[in-house]
Amino acid sequence: MRITCPHCGNRSLDEFIYLGDATVQRPDPARPDALAAFVDYVYQRENPVGRHRELWYHNAGCHAWLVVTRDVRTHEIFGVEPAKEVSLSEKTTGAAR
Amino acid sequence: MTLPPGSSRMSKGGQIDRSTPVDFSFDGRSYQGFAGDTLASALLANNVRLIGRSFKYHRPRGLIAAGSEEPNGIVELRSDARREPNTRATMIELYQGLEAESQNRWPSLDFDLLSINSFLSPFLTAGFYYKTFMWPAALWEKLYEPIIRRAAGLGKASGLDDPDHYEKSTLFCDVLVIGSGPAGLMAARAAARSGARVVLAEEDSALGGRLLGDQRIIDGLSSAEWAAKMAAELEAEPDVRILRRTAVFGVYDGGTYGALERVSDHLAEPHHHAPRQRLWRIVAKRAVLAAVAIERPLVFGNNDRPGIMLAGAVRTYLHRFGVASGSNAIVFVNNDDAASTVSELAAAGVSVAALVDPRPVVSPVVEALAKKAGIRVISGGSVERALGSKSVSGAEIRLQDGNLLTLPCDLIAMSGGWNPSVHLTTHLNGRPVWNSSIAAFVPGAVPPGMAVAGSASGALSLADAITMGDSLGQDAAIAAGFKAKKSALPSVEPESTAIQPLWRVVNARGKSFVDFQNDVSVLDIELAEREGFRSVEHLKRYTTLGMATDQGKTANVNGLALMAEFAAKAIENVGTTVMRPPFSPVAIGAFGGHHREKNFKPTRLPPSHEWAVEQGAVFVEAGYWLRAQYYPKPGEKDWLETVTREVKAARSSVGVCDVSTLGKIDIQGADAAEFLERVYINGWKNLAIGRARYGLMLREDGIVMDDGTTTRLGEDHFFMTTTTANAAKVMQHLEFCHQWLWPDLDVQMISATEQWAQFSLAGPHVRDVLLKLVDPEHDISNAAFPYMAAGEITVCGGTRARLYRLSFSGELAFEIGVPSRHGDALIRKIMEAGAEYGITPYGTEALGVMRIEKGHVAGAELNGISTAGDLGLGRMMSIKKDYIGRVLAGRPALVDPNRPVVVGFRPVDRKRRIRAGAHFIRQGLEAAAQNDEGYMTSVAFSPSIGHWIGLGFLARGPERMGEIIRACDPIRGEEYLVEVVSPIFYDPEGEKLRG
Repeated sequence: MRITCPHCGNRSLDEFIYLGDATVQRPDPARPDALAAFVDYVYQRENPVGRHRELWYHNAGCHAWLVVTRDVRTHEIFGVEPAKEVSLSEKTTGAAR
Repeated sequence: MTLPPGSSRMSKGGQIDRSTPVDFSFDGRSYQGFAGDTLASALLANNVRLIGRSFKYHRPRGLIAAGSEEPNGIVELRSDARREPNTRATMIELYQGLEAESQNRWPSLDFDLLSINSFLSPFLTAGFYYKTFMWPAALWEKLYEPIIRRAAGLGKASGLDDPDHYEKSTLFCDVLVIGSGPAGLMAARAAARSGARVVLAEEDSALGGRLLGDQRIIDGLSSAEWAAKMAAELEAEPDVRILRRTAVFGVYDGGTYGALERVSDHLAEPHHHAPRQRLWRIVAKRAVLAAVAIERPLVFGNNDRPGIMLAGAVRTYLHRFGVASGSNAIVFVNNDDAASTVSELAAAGVSVAALVDPRPVVSPVVEALAKKAGIRVISGGSVERALGSKSVSGAEIRLQDGNLLTLPCDLIAMSGGWNPSVHLTTHLNGRPVWNSSIAAFVPGAVPPGMAVAGSASGALSLADAITMGDSLGQDAAIAAGFKAKKSALPSVEPESTAIQPLWRVVNARGKSFVDFQNDVSVLDIELAEREGFRSVEHLKRYTTLGMATDQGKTANVNGLALMAEFAAKAIENVGTTVMRPPFSPVAIGAFGGHHREKNFKPTRLPPSHEWAVEQGAVFVEAGYWLRAQYYPKPGEKDWLETVTREVKAARSSVGVCDVSTLGKIDIQGADAAEFLERVYINGWKNLAIGRARYGLMLREDGIVMDDGTTTRLGEDHFFMTTTTANAAKVMQHLEFCHQWLWPDLDVQMISATEQWAQFSLAGPHVRDVLLKLVDPEHDISNAAFPYMAAGEITVCGGTRARLYRLSFSGELAFEIGVPSRHGDALIRKIMEAGAEYGITPYGTEALGVMRIEKGHVAGAELNGISTAGDLGLGRMMSIKKDYIGRVLAGRPALVDPNRPVVVGFRPVDRKRRIRAGAHFIRQGLEAAAQNDEGYMTSVAFSPSIGHWIGLGFLARGPERMGEIIRACDPIRGEEYLVEVVSPIFYDPEGEKLRG
């Protein structure tokens, strides 16, 4: 598999480290049910088929975290965005993950 | 009949070099072949037809094919450490002095005692092992399996270290062409002419594919001449890279292909510095698969007798190698492939006793050809049984009128049709589809970016291969961003590929083999169907069809067709098994490449490494790092004596240790302090500039991730250190926190581990040594530079440096950092400056002893399951802020007061050695898991105290000072009493480090 890093170009899979689901949101630690929310955030994952947004780290490259949209069945990659930009735009627009 | 001794080599013809004879041996006997031969063709030329014994029944076997699909002709190649079992004789290029041995026979190939299995075959059917050796289960491992393994086996590995080396390389191109038959050559030429960077990979040593084994006319040239001309044209193209002896074995995501180049396998041993094999990772924008089709054997009685060969292979041996596979042939085919086989054998002077074709009407072209050559045509007939044992001697043929005709022969050239090599199209989950016009599976959905041309696509005629190769080569170049250039196509005569499937001869007598290498016969498939193993995946596993080293390249489709027949289904409804990489065998060594032994992973050397080598240090691997473990002196009897001396020197005078391997991260930005607040459990905003602080960080699940000291160098500038082991992990974590969780924080970070050489100097004389190194304008007195002070200084007359007053050892200590390039110079200067105080270098071992004496936790305690509270550091957890891991660290199980906490231990018998790993049990209780109260994590002989000491986790440890408990170590068979004590054994008030 190959990932096109927005900073470094088309690179081999072995330069990257996979983390997982990019659709989970770190809960507000001040909310009253924070403990339950954090348990969900840390441990509970969907196992979707088809397109999935996930976090990858360009470890042997620019050290950027990336949001990769990938079909988990075919490994087709539809988009790679810098995680920082995705996260910032979510924060400014208030869009939910 | 048996062949006369001597040679089957034709007097002329073939693409071998008759001026270069090559000596080789098989089973200890010497033979001669020619350069350009394979072991297979050279053996055939020498009339050696019996090449091996079969896997299960030990039946005599000879070659059936001429290419990589060969199931029978597998041998042990070379000797000693280079011995390579299960090597296909058809793929071994002959070299001077080649040695090969047959396999799976005892005492000899000619007289094999276990061929008795052939008579036991009624008992050795599919599932025999499962059914017979069921009981008692205990005997399976001890008795049955060893016996079966000895009886049924292939070659043996040498068991010695592989003396050769292997390489891994990556190649990028616009168009990858796989296979160099007519379609591949045309595709490569078309793509190259358009300007694309082309890689052409060919499994064989020569380009041409079937063009080399067949005798066709292309543009007035023989097919082999035309292939050579095309090869020369491609060689002249600047952007075409031709990889010969290179099999593309796998297709991976994103246009990535795996290929194995057999760089030196055609030599007795690799040239100096050359690898034996090279594993290519080829990244291609587009690919054209122009692989061959593989001919199917026909399934009739005793169809495995040596001398029964695929018709295409017979032609290859004839035209490419100038070898007649027999002198009196029967051609048994169900398709119009017969035409060339019959006429070419006849033209070569091999007598053809009969053309047997099960089709009631033989095609008029074939009929005419046969008549012209005076060959008897038996239409509507089938060979029911081959005669002979170590070599075929005749055939019993059922005629259309029902009569049985027996004809003598020493060769049966058979063809059941051609299977396109769809393997590579299925590696990304594509499923082949059935094409009834050629009675074979053809590629279904193909991997993205791949097109399939010629035989591999099911277009079996030469004219189609040429046209298709040219057009798909152009398409590939266009898709890769180039403009097509039209070229004239070479002209060839048309041919017929008509076929009528014959999956087995129904009234066959004797075993009819489907999978030759695994001895799977028609009866086994019938049995599997009867016993309910009807799904192709069950069929495969129950009968082992297609599971041998050849992966059933000649067997699978016949097997599926027979299952279809027995289950009364259409073949397309039976389906195919999933074909996965590798297409052909790849040595594990090739996957490893240079990553073996010392080069398994990279080695990182700290800046003082060369100096430490000069001192005779003993080194230890710490992650990728090679660190000095201790510095033995002449006369010291063991490591303990050395380490004890090093610790004593540091505690009584001064010692020095390279600590450059600690992870270092430079963190800057207006929100740098806020960022640290969020990743560490303790506070950072109130840290003064020029001060360092110990920090602890958790994972989000509340478990400790790492610790280290972080220094504030400016209002918005921090310098973090991590443990050696977790440096990369912490960097990744911090980047995650910054980029993903809190992108709005104004903070930047970069790893500076490699940029700074850092030495720890410890001991009462440390300031005396430093005064000689640090430039005089910097005040390092206790008042000006107290414990946990840090700052930029210069040393040795203006060299930029950083000084930190940190102490891991518990002594008065400093860490001094300089840019890495000065590290070697600095350690030499330090040693020079400290000489008058007897400065002593110490390694990781002494470092570990001193940290245990001080009760500092390290890797053994930060073990991925401990909380801050477990480490006795619970009070560091700020209640004024949120930080990573805070919420989940509050889970009931993680704050349970009964959790084991780090405390110190000393043996009640002070002379006794204690060991990490021992478990703590209360006195009077049974040493069982339910009474387990914790375990010892770190131990050391303390030179400062004079006996062994330890750290460990003990339930409610801090409340149990003075208690005597059992330390039980069932793995080493030890048990002793230890006393629970404070983890700080040395200088508990910390007076020394503040001095």
